[in-house]
Amino acid sequence: MSQRELAERAPVGLKIRNGTKVYPGTVALDAVDFDLRMGAVNVLVGENGAGKSTMMKVIAGVERLTSGEILMKDEPVDFHSTDDATKRGIGIVHQELNLFPDLSVSDNIFMGRECRRFGIDIDRAEQREQTRVLMQRLEHDIDPDTMVSELRVGQQQIVEIAKSLAQDARILILDEPTSALSAAEVEILFRVIDELRRDGVGIVYISHRLEELIRIGDYITVLRDGKITGAQSMQGVDVSWIVRNMIGDASKSYAKAEPHALGSPVLHLEDVVLLRAGGGFAVDNVSLTVRAGEILGIYGLMGAGRSELLECIIGRHSHARGRIEIDGNRIDGRSISARIRRGIALIPEDRKTDGLIQIASIRENMTLSSLRDFTRGFHMDLKAERGRVADFVRRMTIKIASPENPVASLSGGNQQKVVIAKALMTEPKVLLMDEPSRGIDIGAKAEVFRVMRELAKEGLAIVFVTSDLEEVLSLSDRILVMADGRVTGEFDRGDANETAVIRASAPASAERHLTHSEEKTA
Amino acid sequence: MSSQATDAPKREAVSGSTLLLILKARTFIALIVVFVFFAVMAPNFLSAANMVIMSKHVALNAILAIGMTFVIISGGIDLSVGSVVGLTGMVAGYLVLNGIDLGMGWAIRFNTFEICLIVCLVGIIAGAINGFLITKLNVAPFIATLGTLYVARGLALLSSDGRTFPNLGGSEEWGTDTFRAIGSGDFIGIPISIWMLIGTGLVAAYIARRTPLGRYIYAVGGNERGAALSGVKVDRIKFFVYMFSGLCAALVGLIITSQLVAAHPATGETFELNAIAAAVLGGTSMSGGRGRIGGTIIGAFVIGVLSDGLVMMGVSAFWQTVIKGLVIIAAVVVDQAQQRLQARVALQAQGALGK
Repeated sequence: MSQRELAERAPVGLKIRNGTKVYPGTVALDAVDFDLRMGAVNVLVGENGAGKSTMMKVIAGVERLTSGEILMKDEPVDFHSTDDATKRGIGIVHQELNLFPDLSVSDNIFMGRECRRFGIDIDRAEQREQTRVLMQRLEHDIDPDTMVSELRVGQQQIVEIAKSLAQDARILILDEPTSALSAAEVEILFRVIDELRRDGVGIVYISHRLEELIRIGDYITVLRDGKITGAQSMQGVDVSWIVRNMIGDASKSYAKAEPHALGSPVLHLEDVVLLRAGGGFAVDNVSLTVRAGEILGIYGLMGAGRSELLECIIGRHSHARGRIEIDGNRIDGRSISARIRRGIALIPEDRKTDGLIQIASIRENMTLSSLRDFTRGFHMDLKAERGRVADFVRRMTIKIASPENPVASLSGGNQQKVVIAKALMTEPKVLLMDEPSRGIDIGAKAEVFRVMRELAKEGLAIVFVTSDLEEVLSLSDRILVMADGRVTGEFDRGDANETAVIRASAPASAERHLTHSEEKTA
Repeated sequence: MSSQATDAPKREAVSGSTLLLILKARTFIALIVVFVFFAVMAPNFLSAANMVIMSKHVALNAILAIGMTFVIISGGIDLSVGSVVGLTGMVAGYLVLNGIDLGMGWAIRFNTFEICLIVCLVGIIAGAINGFLITKLNVAPFIATLGTLYVARGLALLSSDGRTFPNLGGSEEWGTDTFRAIGSGDFIGIPISIWMLIGTGLVAAYIARRTPLGRYIYAVGGNERGAALSGVKVDRIKFFVYMFSGLCAALVGLIITSQLVAAHPATGETFELNAIAAAVLGGTSMSGGRGRIGGTIIGAFVIGVLSDGLVMMGVSAFWQTVIKGLVIIAAVVVDQAQQRLQARVALQAQGALGK
């Protein structure tokens, strides 16, 4: 297909030129050029933190570019808010749904732009009618008066899409729309997407499921570390092409760990089960063993149950079942503090809500888990505490003006080091790290990884969770892959490769639906 | 040229930290201001007799506010303290007057010390019930303590059918003649109730600053999830703060009953609001995680001096209420400004590190 044919069939509806977005500490988008084609599915792929969501937030008016411009019909537009973007016909369905659970479907769809009679009271009949028409178009038999909380997640997603359509969206951004859908719902969603595409709507589709992307996409854009590493029409694209562009040929040289002898098993899990709130398993019969000095990397997509597994080990979920042993002693059924005393420490994924007390000082945060060490009877030795904090600040090379400043004044990388210092102060035998490199810049990342290596060399067992393929491949002594709460793959450092790991991480529901569609075509 | 450029922000930072110091000490400055104002405007304000009376008034609110401060720092609220003051006062009055009736003409009589212990226990139990509702049954603190507010007040009224227990002079025979000393006695010239305030204040300040328990209270209020994941036993901490608040209320119940030599079931109405006001005035954040015992005590003094001084100046009680309300609102507005400034100064210091 020649370039001209392409342009005629799918004109570019929105362009980003030289778009850069800087957050404190990180560059999320680095001079990207992006073309969004109308009447086509523009697929966007990249690892977590590659900048996909940032780019979509910029287009939807949630965030503004630090520099560069957005062009629609070759004239620059400036979105100050989501309203501006909505007026230009841009709708976004976020991965986390933004619905009001205790309002009806039609109330949700018309939230903020209700149909009104004489500009005063809400015309419910009209809203109901329009909702019914929308639902017919989306092939869903959802009663406009149903409460959103009574709908399944997949149906809620449809309501979100209907909300965008009701605002005459010409550009529709779908951020991981299938992550919570069943195979049948995925089929319906794909039919809806097909129809929208025929109507000339420009669709941006973000997903981690590569096979799905190849099936539905017309154009593909790959992002890595805030830069676009590949953009072309879908013809001739296969999984290995995507993977290559996602991670690049030259690896971000995280120097390989020097081989060192592993010790005896420290942590042992047997059939750990955690039920999900909405039914099903968050963690489905996971068994594993970690040895002293070993770095075990757990790879998987969001929602694969990785974080939940770590939370089961630290004891956050009292209803989790299964056997957890540390040095041969059972610890399941014990409180978090008892587990910490026996040698487990967790570095949570979300520093802000789980890792740190934002308004407390750096010193208070660091020693929170290990106050016992400075306490005789009930009297705390503040001098010893300050000494210990100063010691860790030096060892971890944390850049701080004063340990008395609130921890919120630090950059992401330094905050993460404070969380790590807090965990290390408890002198753990097993360190659980949930996305240790999330939201910190490259330099701080390297620093954190260096610390992890040193600790492993000193005999600490480390279990770390990541959705960064490169990280898991270069840091771990052993890799476990999780999907749908189960362990779906195990690789030794030697025989792990990108494609195998990515394939193992694809959720079963996606596979089911792929085989299903293959059968149909056959 | 370049030195000027670097000087400017530095000077700004210095003036920022001076301003911050003034803002931090604002409650203390406010106390001095009202004190000086009334010393000039109200005759007899500075007399020793007036000082003693005023401190006695302040002590009641300050002790309650100390308990309240811990609760608010932990992210909760305790509306029941006023009612618990009433209930524990009635318990004290009943025990002094009747002892515990075993039936058949027998009754156990307690001496002053035993009565104090029992009354304190009643306060702690009331707090424990709050703690149980909040941690085990997951009732929001506002609602749980609102419920116990009504229950405790109702029990206080039931205990005497709404009547007052009069003439709690006690008797030498039972060892209760010393009961009056709690409210009216003194030790080296300072009233016992002031000593109790000093004692409570020192213990609370020690807990807050030098024990893990205190650190955990701040942590729970600052981020409950984070604290729990760091190994803090959140439920235990919450139990403690409500029980401590109940204990403080019991102390106040004892003091008031002894001062009045009578126990009235309506005693302590709206005391909870004064206690919250003192804590907020002293810089305690209603969203939890921040506050100081010293600040709360100063806050209680500002409120106390203000209301007593206005009375002495002959300002009408209605205006007093208006002025008290304005002072509290002003305190919170200034507090917000301080928080913003403090965050900026910390960021500047961090920025100076180049990272």
